[in-house]
Amino acid sequence: MAETKVSAAEREPEAQAAPEERGKGSLRELFRSAEVDTRLLSLLGALAIIWILFQIITPGHTFLTPRNIWNLSVQTAVVAIMATGMVLIIVTRNIDLSVGAVMAAVGMAMAIVQHDWLPKWIGFDHPLTWVIALAVGLVLGAAIGAFQGTIVAYVGVPSFIVTLGGFLVWRGVAWWMASGQTIAPMDTLFRNLGGGSTGTVGGTWSWILGVAACVGIVMLQFTKRRQRNRYGFRQRPMWAELAIGVIACGAVLLLVGFLNRYYLPPALATQTGHEGENISLGLAYPVLIAIGVGIVMTFIATRRRFGRSVYAIGGNPEAAELAGIKTRRTIVKTFTLMGVLVGLAAAVQIARLNAAVSGLGTGMELNVIAAAVIGGTSFAGGIGTIVGALLGALIMQSLVSGMVLMGIEAPLQDIVVGIVLVLAVTLDTIVRRKAAK
Amino acid sequence: MLALLALSVLVLAACSNDDNGGGGSTGASAGGASGGGNLTVGVSWNNFNEPRWANFDEPAIQEALKGCDAKYISTDAGSSAEQQLADVENLISQGANAIIILAQDGEAILPAVQSALDQGIPVIAYDRLIENPDSLYVTFDNVEIGRLQAESILEAVPKGNYVFIKGNSADANADFLRSGQEEVLKEATDSGDIKNVGETYTDNWDPAIAQTEMEQFLTDNNNNVDAVLAENDGMAGGVVAALEAQGLAGSVAVSGQDGDVAGLNRVALGTQYVDVWKDARELGKAAGESACSMAQGTALQDVANTQPFDSPGGNQMTSIFLTPQAITQDNLDVVLDAGWITQDDLCQGVDPGTVDACG
Repeated sequence: MAETKVSAAEREPEAQAAPEERGKGSLRELFRSAEVDTRLLSLLGALAIIWILFQIITPGHTFLTPRNIWNLSVQTAVVAIMATGMVLIIVTRNIDLSVGAVMAAVGMAMAIVQHDWLPKWIGFDHPLTWVIALAVGLVLGAAIGAFQGTIVAYVGVPSFIVTLGGFLVWRGVAWWMASGQTIAPMDTLFRNLGGGSTGTVGGTWSWILGVAACVGIVMLQFTKRRQRNRYGFRQRPMWAELAIGVIACGAVLLLVGFLNRYYLPPALATQTGHEGENISLGLAYPVLIAIGVGIVMTFIATRRRFGRSVYAIGGNPEAAELAGIKTRRTIVKTFTLMGVLVGLAAAVQIARLNAAVSGLGTGMELNVIAAAVIGGTSFAGGIGTIVGALLGALIMQSLVSGMVLMGIEAPLQDIVVGIVLVLAVTLDTIVRRKAAK
Repeated sequence: MLALLALSVLVLAACSNDDNGGGGSTGASAGGASGGGNLTVGVSWNNFNEPRWANFDEPAIQEALKGCDAKYISTDAGSSAEQQLADVENLISQGANAIIILAQDGEAILPAVQSALDQGIPVIAYDRLIENPDSLYVTFDNVEIGRLQAESILEAVPKGNYVFIKGNSADANADFLRSGQEEVLKEATDSGDIKNVGETYTDNWDPAIAQTEMEQFLTDNNNNVDAVLAENDGMAGGVVAALEAQGLAGSVAVSGQDGDVAGLNRVALGTQYVDVWKDARELGKAAGESACSMAQGTALQDVANTQPFDSPGGNQMTSIFLTPQAITQDNLDVVLDAGWITQDDLCQGVDPGTVDACG
């Protein structure tokens, strides 16, 4: 069991207990001594293969251009934000089928607030409109999540049923709120949440954030070493530590530099009086939101008591209960958290589309669950990482975006994504079974 | 929640009892022709989750049914083809004398349609084709809508790169629309004036997916896109959002259809070039009137205003085709005069003095 858990706290005992004879392959040996998470590495490998393949086969070789990667990052954000929450839900052996429908209901509510209600009170395009609308969405999402979670945890109705009901109810509510009308347009500031040409931090700030991320990585490594020293754990070899630091830092800076080469579209540059200039758009807000959510959720999942409880419940609910973990309260919390994230994702989605439609997020629940599962979250419970889910979302969106670039029709896209989903989980299962032997 | 469920079951039970009571006599009249009053017309909606059905189609049908004193009953299949099969059976057992079906799936519904026809109950395929030659097909001419979209766009952009954002691949309308567009564009395509630089179906006609598709087509063509034929207004919204991000909204001609509030507003704003408007009330009226006359015993071939139509499935259908109308900035007054949209909604965000209809 410990073998498969990937959080740092779990890895130390495993590293000590791992007998030398396991894993004869020299590469695996190398990774083990460097304490590299091979599952994460294989996801990154799969992503790299997909990207390179698409770069070769797309007509015009447009896949690995700054513009397409920038597009891809924004297109992934919505599913990525929700997938982080779905990990915790699935880890506790539950499921949430209602996220797409809740997204529609909450999105519609936010749209009505900023389009119909607030203009009456504080006027059009008030600087506070976006804050109020977003707050309404987050609170509403949390309330819906808490409500469904309470029925699951305290009444004992299976989450599959409760959220299947939610899947129908909230879609209906979304329709009912506006009699199915499309609500558009959104508030000007609110629209920045969705990216677009104004919803970015710009080139300079992207570099600053990139460097800050680098400093963060190094500091994390440093703290970890000190911690291990204090408790007398085995240290990761210095060469590995350095290599990881350099590679991670390098990757972050390379990505920022690459994305910064996507410039303000010429037509917009002309409109804003910067004709012919190359102005970097930098990282888009939805991407920063998704990354921020990823960091916060990882922290919650691995460093907080709540997160530890979640994994304990997933590993063995009875044992967790007997160990004094408040399992019911924890499960309500996971659903509430999911609701908040759905609210956030809904804000990004309607801001990006500049409209709320009652069909918003149709089928999204399956994308979110697939992202979590491709990222290594197990339906058996207790296993799954936030980073994995983020990568899972990126892999799925890469496939879809690449296939659209190639001009592959939607039904065939579905076939490919479906096969990849099953393939990913199959490989994962085989590897896990081998490791368990 | 449980109480609510029990309550709704009771209500439903009460309703169906009522209808079964009346069903005995009306069922007989359907078999034995004619007889005014006491008629029941059933409507099976595929998905009430779209704005137009509740707002325009349903009231128009109800209004037309008053003409023959028929009772209106309806079901909603919630986008499920299986559910709709049961719904139609249910309408039959409630004693409907004629059934109007907005099909979720024109193939899957066939057994229920046959069963209704076998019992002497006429069936009207509403807006979407049902491949049964004994049913009446009432619709706006979808091929014509495609033609109108293409004609308007071609007029605005006679030469250039065209992108085609089609609807759901399982919906025959997506292909009807596309074939109408192709008819108009064929000549210009053959001569090389027009280049197809991107074409795709869109799952569920989903605006968000259409937006992603458009982003990818713009990337692929380095923004060298001059016109986009989006098959409906929802997807046109996604396309325009993608164009806005590149500062191209307004300079690329975009088509749509349905006359959505947001779509017509975009036409007024200039970010969408044309919106093909189908007055759903005309459609509801035509279907309601036909239902009346068929419920009273008029044979299919004797229904007024019909014309033959060869379906893609090879059936010789009897059809009523209504003519849609292309709405551009020049004739926005048409939708205003018809009371389809308020001037406030139409003109939101439009600079005064730029569009005639907005003053």
